[in-house]
Amino acid sequence: MKTAEELHRILTDKFGEELFELKQDVPVAPWIIVKAEQIREVSKFLRDEPGLRFDSLMCLSGVHYPKENTLGLTYHLFSTSEKHKLTLKVIMPEDDAHLPTVEQIWKTADWHEREAFDMFGIRFDGHPDHRRILCPDDWEGYPLRKDYQVQEFYRGMKVEY
Amino acid sequence: MTNVKEKGPEVTLTPPVDAGNGLKTQEMVINMGPQHPSTHGVLRMELTLNGEIVTRAVPHIGYLHRCFEKHSEAMNDYNKVVPYVDRMDYVAAMNNELGYAIAMERLMDIQVNDRVEFIRVIMAELQRIASHLLAIGTFGLDIGAFTPFLYCFIEREKILDIFEKASGARLLYNYIWIGGLMNDVPADFKSDTAAFVKSFRPKIKELNDLLSHNKIFIDRTANVGVLPDKVAINYGVSGPSLRGSGVKWDLRKDDPYSIYDRFEFDVIAGQGEMGTVGDCWDRYIVRVWEMEESLKIIEQALDQMPDEGDVQEAIPKKIRPPAGEIYCRTETPRGELGYYIISDKSTTPFRVKARAPSFVNLSVLPAISIGAMVADMVAIIGSIDIVLGEVDR
Repeated sequence: MKTAEELHRILTDKFGEELFELKQDVPVAPWIIVKAEQIREVSKFLRDEPGLRFDSLMCLSGVHYPKENTLGLTYHLFSTSEKHKLTLKVIMPEDDAHLPTVEQIWKTADWHEREAFDMFGIRFDGHPDHRRILCPDDWEGYPLRKDYQVQEFYRGMKVEY
Repeated sequence: MTNVKEKGPEVTLTPPVDAGNGLKTQEMVINMGPQHPSTHGVLRMELTLNGEIVTRAVPHIGYLHRCFEKHSEAMNDYNKVVPYVDRMDYVAAMNNELGYAIAMERLMDIQVNDRVEFIRVIMAELQRIASHLLAIGTFGLDIGAFTPFLYCFIEREKILDIFEKASGARLLYNYIWIGGLMNDVPADFKSDTAAFVKSFRPKIKELNDLLSHNKIFIDRTANVGVLPDKVAINYGVSGPSLRGSGVKWDLRKDDPYSIYDRFEFDVIAGQGEMGTVGDCWDRYIVRVWEMEESLKIIEQALDQMPDEGDVQEAIPKKIRPPAGEIYCRTETPRGELGYYIISDKSTTPFRVKARAPSFVNLSVLPAISIGAMVADMVAIIGSIDIVLGEVDR
C-alpha cells in the first residue's frame, strides 16, 4: 500500500519531474495532475509495474471548469492486489480537448470515455468506437458543459417542454 | 485529430455463401429491443447472427437518459439530489441514498450516531434482499419459469411494507439523508423485521428447490455466458456478476464503509458447481446465497441496535461542504456504486458523477456473448441484472 506522495515520487523518478504536479492541501484525498499526452504511458506503467498494479479503473469523469476555460478528466484508480488508490487528473483547454485513450489498458474506460465525449466533448485519440453513448448520435452540443444551451428542435420535435 | 464517428459503426457482413441447393446464406443483423420483455427496460441490442449464433453484439443505451448529473448541478441544495439518486437504480433506492449520504458525510466530516448507522445497515440489507429477489424472479421469468417470479414478489412485498411503514414510500424512499434519516423507524420496526427474517429463511430453501436445482433451469444457464475473472476485473465488473466469476470481492469487506466491519458475514463467490466458473448459473446462485448473508447481517444488527438516539441530530442546517472533491464507493446489489462529488464551497453541487454498476457491468456484454445462441442472450442479459434507470442515468 503506497500513499500519493510515494506514488508521485515513483512517477517523477520514471518519467521526469516536470510532467506531474501533486496536489496535497485538499480535503479527503490528494491527486496528481498529469500532462494529457503522457496519460497513456503513465497508465500502462501504473497498471503493469510490480508493486503498483493498478488493475482497476474505478471511475473516469469529465469536469468542466468554466472560470479557467478548461476541461478536466479525473481517473480514479485502484489496485485489487496492493489495495491502494490513486487519483489522476488531466487538464485540457476547452477548445482543443483531446488526449490518448486508455481503453486498451482498462476496458472500463471504453464506455466511460464515450460518456465523457458525449457529455463534455473531450476527444480520445485511438478509441476504437468513438461516438456518443447516451445522447442520440446527431445531438448537438455537450450537455454537461456549464455553458450548454439545449437545442430548440431535435428532428422537428421541440426539446424544451 | 481524432476521427469521431457521427453514426454507429458500419456493419460488414461476411459475403453470401452458397448453401448447396441453389440458395445463398448470409449473416443477418437483427435488433433485440428496445421494447423487448427480456431486456429489463429499454435496451437495444444490435445482433449480427450466423444462423442462430451471435457473431457480434452491440448494446445501444440511452433510451432512459435524463442527465441526472445536470439535474444535480441545477439543485441549489445537496439534499435535493437525494430523490434523484433514488431514481437511478429504482429497485435498490436505499442503497443509492446510502452511498450518496456517506460520500457527502465524508466530504463534510460528519459523524452520525450508532442508531442511524444500524438503521441504515438494516435498510440497506433489506433492500439488497428485495433487489436480489427481483433479479432472481425476473431471471427465472426470462428463462421461462413463471412461478418462482410470483414467489419472489410475495417476499419482496413484505420488505416493501417495512419500508412503507418507515418512510411512507414503497419504491423511491428519500429516507436516508445527509447526516441522518428522514425520521425514526416506527416502534414495531424491530419486531416486523425480526418476523420477516424468521419467515424468509425457509423460503430460500424453497426457492432453491423450485428454481436453482431445476433441470431445465440448469440446462439453460450452466456453461452459458462464461465471464472469466481476469476479463471481469479489466472491464471493471463488480457486485454479484464479479463474484460469480469466483472473485471474492465485496466492498463491505474490502473497503468497509458505515459499520459493516462490525458484522460477521461471508463473501459468496461462484464455484462452477453446475458448469464453468463465471457462467450464468454462478451469477444467479451468488445472489441467492447473498440473501442468506444479508439475513445474517440484519439479525446481528437487530441485536446490537441501540434504542436511544436522535436520528436527526447530525443533519446540518445548511449544507456547505468545504471546497474539494471525493470519490466514495459503496456496494449496492448490483456492484460498486461510486459518487464523484466536487464542491466549490457553495450550496450547489459543482459536479456529481455517479459511477453506476449496471453501466459498467453491461459494457462486458459484447465480450461474453460472442458464440452464444439468441435464446442464450436472454439468459446472459438477465444474469448480469441490469437496471436501465442506472445504466442511462
